[in-house]
This record gives sequence, C-alpha cells and structure tokens, in this order.
Amino acid sequence: MRSEASPPVPIEPPTLAGRELQLGYGGPLVVEQFDTTIPTGRITAVIGANGCGKSTLLRALARLLRPSAGSVLLDGEDIHRQPTKEVAKRLGLLPQAPTAPDGIVVNDLVRRGRYPHQKMFDQWSPEDERAVARALDLTNMVQFSDRSIDELSGGQRQRAWIAMALAQDTPLLLLDEPTTYLDMAHQVDVLGLLASLNRVEGRTVVMVLHDVNQACRYADHLVAMAGGAVAVEGPPREVVTAELIEHVFGLPVTIIDDPVTGTPLTVPLEPAPRSAEPATGPLVADGMA
Amino acid sequence: MAAALPVAITAPRPLTLLAVLAVMVAVGGALRMAEYLPHRNASVRIAGASAHVQWRVVALWAVAAAFMLALVIVGLIVGDFPVPARDALATVLWDRGGEFDFIINTLRFPRLTVALLAGIALACSGAIFQGLIGNPLVSPDIIGVNNGAALVAVFILAVGGDVSLLPYAAFAGAASTALLIYVLAWKSGVSGARLVLVGIGINSVLAAGITFIQVRFPIERIIAAARWQAGTLFGASWSDARTLAIGLAILLPLAFFFTRRLRLLQLGDDTAAALGIRVERDRLALLAIGSGLAAIAVAVVGPLGFVALLVPHIARLLAGNLTGGVLLLTGVLGGLFLLGADLIAQRLFAPTALPAGVITAALGGPYFLLLLARYNRAL
Repeated sequence: MRSEASPPVPIEPPTLAGRELQLGYGGPLVVEQFDTTIPTGRITAVIGANGCGKSTLLRALARLLRPSAGSVLLDGEDIHRQPTKEVAKRLGLLPQAPTAPDGIVVNDLVRRGRYPHQKMFDQWSPEDERAVARALDLTNMVQFSDRSIDELSGGQRQRAWIAMALAQDTPLLLLDEPTTYLDMAHQVDVLGLLASLNRVEGRTVVMVLHDVNQACRYADHLVAMAGGAVAVEGPPREVVTAELIEHVFGLPVTIIDDPVTGTPLTVPLEPAPRSAEPATGPLVADGMA
Repeated sequence: MAAALPVAITAPRPLTLLAVLAVMVAVGGALRMAEYLPHRNASVRIAGASAHVQWRVVALWAVAAAFMLALVIVGLIVGDFPVPARDALATVLWDRGGEFDFIINTLRFPRLTVALLAGIALACSGAIFQGLIGNPLVSPDIIGVNNGAALVAVFILAVGGDVSLLPYAAFAGAASTALLIYVLAWKSGVSGARLVLVGIGINSVLAAGITFIQVRFPIERIIAAARWQAGTLFGASWSDARTLAIGLAILLPLAFFFTRRLRLLQLGDDTAAALGIRVERDRLALLAIGSGLAAIAVAVVGPLGFVALLVPHIARLLAGNLTGGVLLLTGVLGGLFLLGADLIAQRLFAPTALPAGVITAALGGPYFLLLLARYNRAL
C-alpha cells in the first residue's frame, strides 16, 4: 500500500466555529447561545444531560440544521454559503443511529463515502480506490469487506460506518455518540481508533459522548452543555469539577483521578440526587446563587 | 389475433404448457446458477472517465440479454398464424415488405418491443421507489401512480372518448397523482413512511373513483375499460414503442445518474446531507423520475401489476444492493419478465389470448407471498 506515503490531510487543516448560534426546530430554542471555536487538530468531546441540545449542536456544526440565528463558520466562511459538496470534502459526520439498506456489503457502504470526491464521469479514480482500502485498513475491516453488514457484531458495524466516514477523507470528523449500543470492550476499541486517527493523521475529531469519564479520557477539549448553553469548556483536567458535573447532570458526585490515565474520574454519590432535574444556564450564575 | 371477447377458454395444449414450463424452469435455473457467480470487482478507467464495475452484474446482464434475444425470436415465430422461423427472422432483418410483413412487422415485432420497453420502465421505476422509500414492499402501483392513470383512462373509455388520447391522458393522470402525493406528504421535507401512507390513502380514493365509474356507465364500455385496466399489450403499435423509447431515452440516463444520490439517501437523510447532496431536491428529482418511468409504461400498456414490485427484488437477490449497474440489470430483467409474461398470456390458452397483466399478477402473486415468507424468516 502506498497509502503511508500520501497523507490525506491538507497542510492547512480547516477550522470550525459557531458564532452566537441559536438553534431550534421551529418551536422553542434548543440551543440558546453557542459561541465556540473547535480546536483544530484536537479531539473535542461534547457532554451534557439528555435533551441539553448536544446532538442539535452537532447537526448544526455539520450544516444539517440551519441556525435560527448566528452562523457556523468553516474556514471563516458561513457553512451554508458554501457548496455542500465542497463542505463534504472537508467535514464528515457520522450520525447517532445511521440506517443502511438490508444486506448491504461493507465494501459497498464504505465506497459510498467517496461521493464528494467523485466527478460526473470520473467515478472510481485510483484516489477513490486508495481511500477505501485505507479506510478499511485503519478500521481493521479488511477481512469483513465482502460481508453483509447485518452479519456483523455491533462493534464491527460501528467500525464499518467509521470506515465509511474515513473514506470521505475529511480533516474534520464529527460523530454523534459513536459508542452508543456498544459493550465496554467495543467502546474502548472505537474510541481508541478515533484517538489514533487524531494522533497519527492529525484529524480534528468532534464527538458527542454520553460517558463523562470517556470524554475526560479521550478528549483534549471538553464542551459541557447545560440548558441550551455552554456551561464550561476547556481541557478536562482543568474544567471537570464535582460542582460542574452536579450543575450539568443534576447529580452529586465526587471526582477522583483515573488510576490509569490520571484524567478526572466521576463517581456518583449515594444517596439519590437532591434534584433530579439538571440546572440551566452557565455554571457561574448557578455557582453564585 | 384472437382477442375478441373471451367466450370460451380451452384447456392449454400439452405441448404449449410443456414449453411454458420448460422456459420458466430454464430461466429460474439460470438465475439460480447466477447466485454462484463470484463477487469480483474491477476498476475501469479510460481517459478521464472511470467506473467501479461488478463483474457479477456484467455477467448477469449478458445472461439476461441472451434470454431476451431468445424470447424475442420465439415471440416472432410463435403465434396463431404459423410463420417459419427463417422467414420470421428474414422479415425483421432484411426482407421487409415480404409475405409475412404484416404479421411480423406490424403485429408481432412492435408488440415484443413494447413489452420489452414497458418492462424496463416499470422495473426501473420500482427499483427507484423501493430504494427511495427504503421499503421493499413499495412500488408505484401501491402508492397510487398506476391508479391515477387508470382513473383518467377508465373515464375516457367509459364516456366513449377518443381512444387515441388514452396514452397522453393516462400519463397526465399518473404524473398529477405523483405530484399530488408529494405535495400532500410535504411537511418541512418528505419522509419515506409519510409518502407511502399518503400514497396508499390517495390510491384508495382513486380506486373508489374507478369503481364509481364502473357502476355508473354502460356495461359494454366498462368491459373495454376493465380490459385496459388489467394491463394488456394487445394492439401495441410502433407509435406506442416510439412513445416508450423517447420516454426511456430521457428518463433512463437520468435514473442512472441519480442512482448515485439514491445510494446516499439510502443511508438516511443526515448521512446523505453530510456526504454533500441536497436531500429534498434530490428526493424530489428521484420521485419525478420514478413516477415518470411508471407513467410512460402505464400510459401505453395499462396498469400492469407486480412488475415494478417484483423485478427489483429478483435483481437485488441476484446482484446485491442498488448501483447504476444493478438498476440497468433490473431494467433488463423487467423487459424479460414482461416479454415472457405476454408470450405466456398469448399462447397458454391459444387461440384465446389473456391480458399480460393476468399473467404478471398470477406469477407475481405467489412470488410475492414467497417473498413475504422469506422476509418473515429473516426477521
């Protein structure tokens, strides 16, 4: 494979930022205020309670949802003003529960990721072929490439989808809860894969995660959302406190050091939480009360 | 041609029955063999163009095309009026204006051509609808496109209107039904399930309208309407073939081109949008292409059932998930299916001919049940 010799990431990695974003689905706003620049070449994890708007935020960053106000800037330019196929060459998204037609073969699925790079008559260039082979290789899916996706385990299936997103060959990769429905071993497997994609290839990864401890372990940058706004953001070691977690999830916890990585490890306290409902608004306002 | 009122149906002659069975078994056997073809892919690159080619699909094209050619030849030779094989081929190829010119070049050959083209259009339409809606049980007939054409056509036949207008009126009926479904299903975008439900609702209204016309107008005219509704290739002419050929020449390349986007839509709206297509615009385009393909076929041969539902499944079983190549294979198989069904319909109870739609439904029904059983087991 010559894939090693030709790194797919451009020299100037694209930047992604939300500016005064307000997001909703026609009714009340789900995200009321989001103003953040995603650190380029790093792993960013978005955490928050159910319904806090983290998936909505990810959809907006991937231009699938038009903001009610504000804008998403890709390379400093409004993402909705750029041709969608051009955006797709720089930014990929793996939705939470992607659907595939019955009996689709892994190879066929991964090939579909090449769409933004294909031209009218140039449908299967050597570049396409290399990218697909590389994506299968990186995800360890080569031996499954002729298998139907229905026959695979949950972890393998998720890896097949990640391979599809990798074939798209974008320096920016957004993932919505990539570890949902996976057992612990497969969760670690998938997150390890994403971490290595980031380290080895310098891809910017943005993912929504359920598990705070995983987020702390794998992310360089943490965005904690509460009540439609960013409660706090920054490196996990600096920003994760018992106070923050209680604010975001409405659950009293204590924070210890992860014995393996030294990152913050959140441990829920007994008895049951005082307030089952997570708080809203930025952390500072709540902390002052 | 014995297409008068079916007064008496004679039992099929053993030889005919045997021939029909032999052909069906041969086709089934060949298709079964095809399942053992290896999955091998290749990259074809010429100048600036390149394509991903599945050898399996190419091999299946070749097999299907060979069967098609064989059926066309059989179709030219057999019939109520015996024409020697040599003369039949000569009349088509070089001896135009010969002794059998009328039978071959005015009756049989255009009918075979129309069957082929209508089969292609219906099967491709079905493949597009099934892919688009992500449901293997969907086809243009189920969501009302065919009945849209039928309502208009039955009305024209019932009031004794100009029969030459029939194809255009039927096309208009199908196209406006498709448009109506899309508009009614729109709710900040069109989801597959909603489209099907709206389509089924509209289909039942149209069916009620057809029934109303049937009980309201004189019975002699209703018989002609009923015959049209069953889907028949009787009286197919070169002008019908031309209508279909022009429609296919426009719609088939579009369908082939849009299959790339359909393949992305199959992965869900979010994934498709993330991969760089405009989901609603492309879905509308695909619906228009799929409806257009169904409409041109129904306009010419009537609302033939099951071809659009059935053939894409056969293609999928043989060749796998939808690609441009598989779409074209679906077309070829559709042509083959309708050609075969029409030949059986003509010859099984000869000299009494049946509408081809009776055979497509009679073959399609059991197959559909088989499919459902299979589908259940897989769940």
